[in-house]
Amino acid sequence: MKSPKSAYSVSLKKEKSDTHIIVVWVDNESGVLARVVGLFSGRGYNIESLAVAEVDAKRNISRITIVTTGTPQVIDQIKLQLKKLVPIHKVADFKRNDKGVIFKEMALFKIVGNTNKIKKAINACKKYNAVILDKTKKSNVIQITALRREIDKMAKNLKKFGLVSVSRTGAVAMTRGDKVFN
Amino acid sequence: MPKLFTGAEIVFKCLEDQDVEFIFGYPGGAVLPIYDELKNHNSIKHILVRHEQGAGHAAEGYARSSGKPGVVLVTSGPGATNVVTALTDAYMDSVPLVCISGQVPTHLIGTDAFQECDTTGITRPCTKHNWLVKDIRDLSKTLHEAFRVATTGRPGPVLVDIPKDIQFAKIKYSKPKTKKKLNGKSINYFSQKDIESLINLMNKSKKPVIYSGGGVINSGPEASNVLRELVQLTGFPITSTLQGLGAYPGDDNQFLGMLGMHGTYEANNAMHDCDLLINIGARFDDRITGKIDEFSPKSKKVHIDIDPSSINKIIKVDLSLVGDVKNVLRGVIKTLKKKNLDLKKSNKQQISKWWEQIQKWRTKNSLHFNNSDETIKPQHAVQRLYEITKHKDTFITTEVGQHQMWAAQHYKFNKPNRWMTSGGLGTMGYGLPAAVGVQIAHPKKLVIDIAGEASVLMTMQEMSTAVQYNLPIKIFILNNQYMGMVRQWQELLHEKNYSESYSEALPDFIKMAEAYGCKGIKAEKPNELDEKIKEMIEFDGPVIFDCRVDPNENCFPMIPSGKPHNQMILGPSEKEENKITGKGKALV
Repeated sequence: MKSPKSAYSVSLKKEKSDTHIIVVWVDNESGVLARVVGLFSGRGYNIESLAVAEVDAKRNISRITIVTTGTPQVIDQIKLQLKKLVPIHKVADFKRNDKGVIFKEMALFKIVGNTNKIKKAINACKKYNAVILDKTKKSNVIQITALRREIDKMAKNLKKFGLVSVSRTGAVAMTRGDKVFN
Repeated sequence: MPKLFTGAEIVFKCLEDQDVEFIFGYPGGAVLPIYDELKNHNSIKHILVRHEQGAGHAAEGYARSSGKPGVVLVTSGPGATNVVTALTDAYMDSVPLVCISGQVPTHLIGTDAFQECDTTGITRPCTKHNWLVKDIRDLSKTLHEAFRVATTGRPGPVLVDIPKDIQFAKIKYSKPKTKKKLNGKSINYFSQKDIESLINLMNKSKKPVIYSGGGVINSGPEASNVLRELVQLTGFPITSTLQGLGAYPGDDNQFLGMLGMHGTYEANNAMHDCDLLINIGARFDDRITGKIDEFSPKSKKVHIDIDPSSINKIIKVDLSLVGDVKNVLRGVIKTLKKKNLDLKKSNKQQISKWWEQIQKWRTKNSLHFNNSDETIKPQHAVQRLYEITKHKDTFITTEVGQHQMWAAQHYKFNKPNRWMTSGGLGTMGYGLPAAVGVQIAHPKKLVIDIAGEASVLMTMQEMSTAVQYNLPIKIFILNNQYMGMVRQWQELLHEKNYSESYSEALPDFIKMAEAYGCKGIKAEKPNELDEKIKEMIEFDGPVIFDCRVDPNENCFPMIPSGKPHNQMILGPSEKEENKITGKGKALV
């Protein structure tokens, strides 16, 4: 984690860093993603993953979900700086271990190998909502949705079953229950 | 059928509706339609600069001294890239600027066309917001929004990039609808409860200090009035940042002088030892705080700022009031009066010991320097300039470096908007074009750029602008032939290895002045200084004053990098024991 502050504030006290999921609702206009991402790189905040798509075509609103790590002070700065951007409507912030929020990432795995290996790969993926998207004699494309660390683990485990390619998304988040973030 | 207007006409209609009187700019291929339209709008005067950076700084000087947004007009490509320094400067110092740039026609965008650059991409990190207008229907809305973004909340620069075909396209024009909410972004978040908490802290405090900043100036002259009222009402000592000078009278007894790296001994020690620190419209900049870990260790900290992201950014505070300084302070004073707490009387006893301590610090006379009969000391030159000009309503701009600090230390400001300097970005070459802008806003007033010879050469071409518009700006150069602040740091940090900080060749400033068509004056001896300064002021026209000063003088007092407020170097004799070591060396 790079320090976002000036050289003067090189602090001896190290605060604990936490992973947070920042969700921002923005006007879907050209350059808006560059503004958000540019703010992160310009101020030395990191981005672990990023997911963005339009969620309201009528009002022209996109939802950007950013996974980042930082001390409480840095996370506060990220939120406050984001709120200053003109095309940003609102900013939400969840801790990764927040039980009231669902986090999901999606991954596509391409497995190439004999039927036995492919079968084993599919089996291993089963508990993560595995969907077979493409099937040939020698290969399979499997889609799973899971948490980041679960996908990390699967990507490692599937190597022995002939995993040749991984494609994955950033995390998306939603609160549990009937609550909506305002 | 309503009348149709071209994009260029709409630009001017918007400027007229925003009551713009002056544009600082430079023409070029991609803004020709706008320049062509200029002749039809008598209420708007265009000031032709000699370099786009000059246009930006002139607009900054105009904005800071008048409180109105500065407007800049530049062409695409190099026109836009040249203005980037000024935009960044305005962003760092919260100056409202609206920059209109031309762009290649929409169908050529992205083709690496002649004088094309990604203007909105380049200026994204140095503006509050920017727009590329790709549709004529968006033009008027965007321009009005640009003015609102630039001037509301914490002010700052914005840029509107207008492709040439949009300047030719035609559409009807409608006046702006007033008061559209900006994504619900409000500026006043403080509550009466916060004010009560602040008053409670003020009541209890035995060693309070008020630290005010540029936010007070940006909040308007009324904010300075309420600040003065508050300080008088409470009897608290007050110090100010570089940008805040003038918000509180510099010659008042409750004023401790500027704080920070080159601030006074009493201001910095008061910051370090206080038990209540009230930050009004400042941002805990690293020039102010020194070493963060040891910054004002014993105090409760209160922060009043319009920008929520300034709160807890550098220094964690105990109480924050987010809002316009003027509104917050009005609330505080109203409540104070309602409670009928005469803090000055009841607190007098409570804080009298504190004032005694401050008086002790004051006796150190930290701004002292050893004057000379042989050579002009730069501090002496600034003091004389102050004494001779203090009865006029003088506007001072500066470049960046030693002279800037000496000006801040020795020139006392009694009114807001009289002091224009590049604080955040530290832009050498700011002062001369800024003086142009200030003089445009205040044609009858005395405007002086206290300059260094290295800085002023960076934007010297703007003397031509001053001559063209007959702007009687005075460029008062403290000429020590060094990049003085660089040399001072090399002395303190790099064993006097004066690597490239000496200018082997400098122009003859007298001849240079004459070449530009203005007056040149040179002073070399202390005994001729007063007379020459008077000559400069009495001359009706722009003047370049070459004041030859002691080349070896350093700027003191100083908090060495990496040190806290209570470990200042007071003068040249103290340097040895306070050497900058270890981590401090790597800091800027």
